[in-house]
Amino acid sequence: MQTNNNAHWQLDTSSKPSGQESGAVTVELYGAWLISRAIPKATELDELLTEVGNSCDEAMIHLVPGAGFEWDTGFMSFLLQLHQRAVAFGVKLDPSRLPVQCGQLFQLATAVKPEPPSAPAARSIVSLSEIADLVKSQLHFGGEVTLAFIALLSGRARTRFADCLFFFQQTGPNAIPIITLISVLVGMILAYLGLVQLRQFGAQVYIADLVAIGMTREMGALMTAVILAGRTGAAYAAQLGTMQVNEEVDALVTLGIRPVEYLVLPRILALVAVMPLLTIYSDVLGIAGGALVAVGMDLTFTQFFHHISQTLSFHAILAGCFKSIIFGLLIAMAGCQAGMTCGRSSAAVGEATTRAVVLGIVYLVVADALLNIIYYKLGI
Amino acid sequence: MSFVCISDFCKRFATHTVFENISCEIKQGEFITLLGPSGCGKSTLLRCIAGLTTVDHGTLTVNGEDITNQIARLRGIAMVFQSYALFPNMSVYDNVAFGLKMQKIPKAQREPRVREILEMVELESYHNRYPQQLSGGQCQRVALARSLVVRPRILLLDEPLSALDARIRKNLRDQIRRIQQELKLTTIFVTHDQEEALTLSDRILLMNDGQIVQTGTAEEIYTEPASAFVAGFIGNYNLLDRQQARQVLGLDISHQLAIRPESIYVRESGRDYGGKDLIPASGIVTGHNLLGNVIRYHLDITGVPVIVDLLNRSSERLFTRGSELDLLFNRDEIREVS
Repeated sequence: MQTNNNAHWQLDTSSKPSGQESGAVTVELYGAWLISRAIPKATELDELLTEVGNSCDEAMIHLVPGAGFEWDTGFMSFLLQLHQRAVAFGVKLDPSRLPVQCGQLFQLATAVKPEPPSAPAARSIVSLSEIADLVKSQLHFGGEVTLAFIALLSGRARTRFADCLFFFQQTGPNAIPIITLISVLVGMILAYLGLVQLRQFGAQVYIADLVAIGMTREMGALMTAVILAGRTGAAYAAQLGTMQVNEEVDALVTLGIRPVEYLVLPRILALVAVMPLLTIYSDVLGIAGGALVAVGMDLTFTQFFHHISQTLSFHAILAGCFKSIIFGLLIAMAGCQAGMTCGRSSAAVGEATTRAVVLGIVYLVVADALLNIIYYKLGI
Repeated sequence: MSFVCISDFCKRFATHTVFENISCEIKQGEFITLLGPSGCGKSTLLRCIAGLTTVDHGTLTVNGEDITNQIARLRGIAMVFQSYALFPNMSVYDNVAFGLKMQKIPKAQREPRVREILEMVELESYHNRYPQQLSGGQCQRVALARSLVVRPRILLLDEPLSALDARIRKNLRDQIRRIQQELKLTTIFVTHDQEEALTLSDRILLMNDGQIVQTGTAEEIYTEPASAFVAGFIGNYNLLDRQQARQVLGLDISHQLAIRPESIYVRESGRDYGGKDLIPASGIVTGHNLLGNVIRYHLDITGVPVIVDLLNRSSERLFTRGSELDLLFNRDEIREVS
C-alpha cells in the first residue's frame, strides 16, 4: 500500500483466502503507529473484512508487526476501532504476535462488552411543561386555600384556633433571637454602606434616612421573610410531609375532614399574623443597629433620631407591613403546598422541605420586586 | 342486590398500569379479603374505593348510589392504615373522639359512643394515654376504634396487622373478626398473608399483577386453585410439570399438577384408605422442618423434589434423612392447573 516510514499496513498475500478453503489472513503493520503521526483509518480495512468475513464462518485476521513497527495509544485506538468493525463483519482479530503489552491492553479493552447507551442524563433545564405543572398545582392549592378561608369566614370550617395559637407561638416568639441578630446586623451593614458613600460629600446625617427608610420599607420585611422561609416554611413542609408519610392526612380525609381547613389554614393564619409584628420588631432593631454605627462614626444619637423623626413616615412603616403580610402568605403557601404534595417516603420529606425553602424565597423576591413597582407607580 | 359494586376499575400511573378491568360485588356485612403479593395493586384498589386515589375508569356504587366521583370525606367509608396514622398530640380518647368532634356531635352524645367503642377494643383503661405510650397492637386497636366510632358504611383495612408480632397479630385478627360480626359491618381487608386471609374472610379476592385471578371462599381457593400462581401463593402446593408428573405419577397431563402436601399419605400397614383411587410412589427423605403440629418432609421421588406434611404425632415416628417412604397420592386430590 504505502512505502514510506509512516504507519501503514500490508496484506500478506501468501495467506489470502482462496474460495472457502481458509478464513485466516495476515496483515503486516509497518512504521510508526504513534498518536503524533498520521495513522490509517480502520475503515480502510472494510473491503478486506468483507472479503474475509464472507469466506468463512470463523474468519480471522492475524496482526503481525512489520519493519520499523512502533506503537502507542494511537495504535491502540486504531486497533479498538478495527476490532469493533471486525465484530460487525463477523471476523476475529488475533493480536498475539503483536508486542505483549499491546496484546494485554487489547484484552483489557475488549474484556467487557460495551453497554448499550443508557437513557439520556437527567435534564438540568426545567421544561415549559414542568413550569406549567408547577403553576397549575400552585393555583389548585391556592384555590383550595381560598375555599377553606371562605368556609372559615362563614363559620363552616373545621379549623381549630388553638392550633393557630400554637403555630403563632412557634413562628413568632421562638424566632425572636435569630431575628434580633440578623436585624441588628443588617441595620449596621446599611449604615456602614451609606456612611462610606455619604461622607464623601459631607452628608453623613442622611444616614438616618437611609437606615430608617431602608429597614421599614424593604429590609425589615425581606430579611424577616427570608428567615421565616428557612425556619417556618421548611418546618411546615416537614410537618405536613411527615403526616403524609404516616398516612395521617389520609386518616383525616376518611374521617370526613378537609386537610386544608384543619392543617393548612391555621399555619397560614399564624404566619400571616406574625409577620407584620416581627417586621416591626426587625425595623426597630435595624434602626438601632444603624444608630450604633452612626454614633460610632460621625453622628450623635440625638442627631440620628431627630432626623428619623422628621423623615420617617407612617406610610413607609405600613408599606413594609403590607409587604410582610404578602410575604408571610407566600411562604406559608409554599411550605404547606410542598408538604401536602409530598411523596410517601422519608426521602420525599427532605425534597419537600428543600422545595418549600427554594420556592418560598423565589416567591418573596418576585413579590418584593412587583410590590416595589406598584408602590412606585402609586407614589407610596 | 350487592351492597358494593365495583365495575371495570382501571388505574394507571404514567405508563405503569396498576390494575385493569377490576370488577367485583360485595354483599352487605361481608368480610372480603384482597389477597396478593406486594405490588399487585391491592392497596391502590383499596385507596380508590376510599376515594384517596382517583380511578381512571370504572364505577363504584354503594347501596345503589354511584360514588365514583364523590370526594373521600363524603363517602362514609372508614379506613385503618398499616402505619396506624394516629394523631400523636392527642390522647387515646381524643383520637377516637376526633371524628365525632369534627362532625360537631355534642359532648353528651359523643362520650358514650367513644366509651362503647373503647370497651369493644378493650382499651377503656388506656383512654388517657398518648400513642407513643402504647404498643403497636394497642395503637392499631385505637386506629380501629377511631374508624368505627363514626359508624361507617364500609370499613377498609390496609394491612393493619403487618407491623405487629405474631402473637398480637393473632389476637387482633380474632378481635377484628369478632367486632366485624358484632357490627355486621361490610369490610374489605388487604393483606399479603394467606393465613390471615384464610382465617378471617367470608370471601377472598386473589390478585396478581393488577388482575383478580380467583374469587371464592377460603375453602374453595385453598382446595381448588384455578392456576399455578394461586396454588403456589395460597398453599405450599407441590407443582409438577408434564415431565415430572409422568415421572412421579405416570400421568399424562397438558399443563401442571398441583398436589397439596397434606394430601399425600405415607403407606401404613393395616390402614384402610376407604376405597380411594391411590397412586403409589416411593421417595427418599432429604430433610424436614418442624412446623409445630406438622412436620414438613422434603422428599426426592425419582429426582423430583416433593414436600409432604405429616401430623407431628410423636417424636418416635420421625423419618430421618435417607429413609425410604412408600407414598400414596390420592387421585381425587390432584388438580391440574394452567
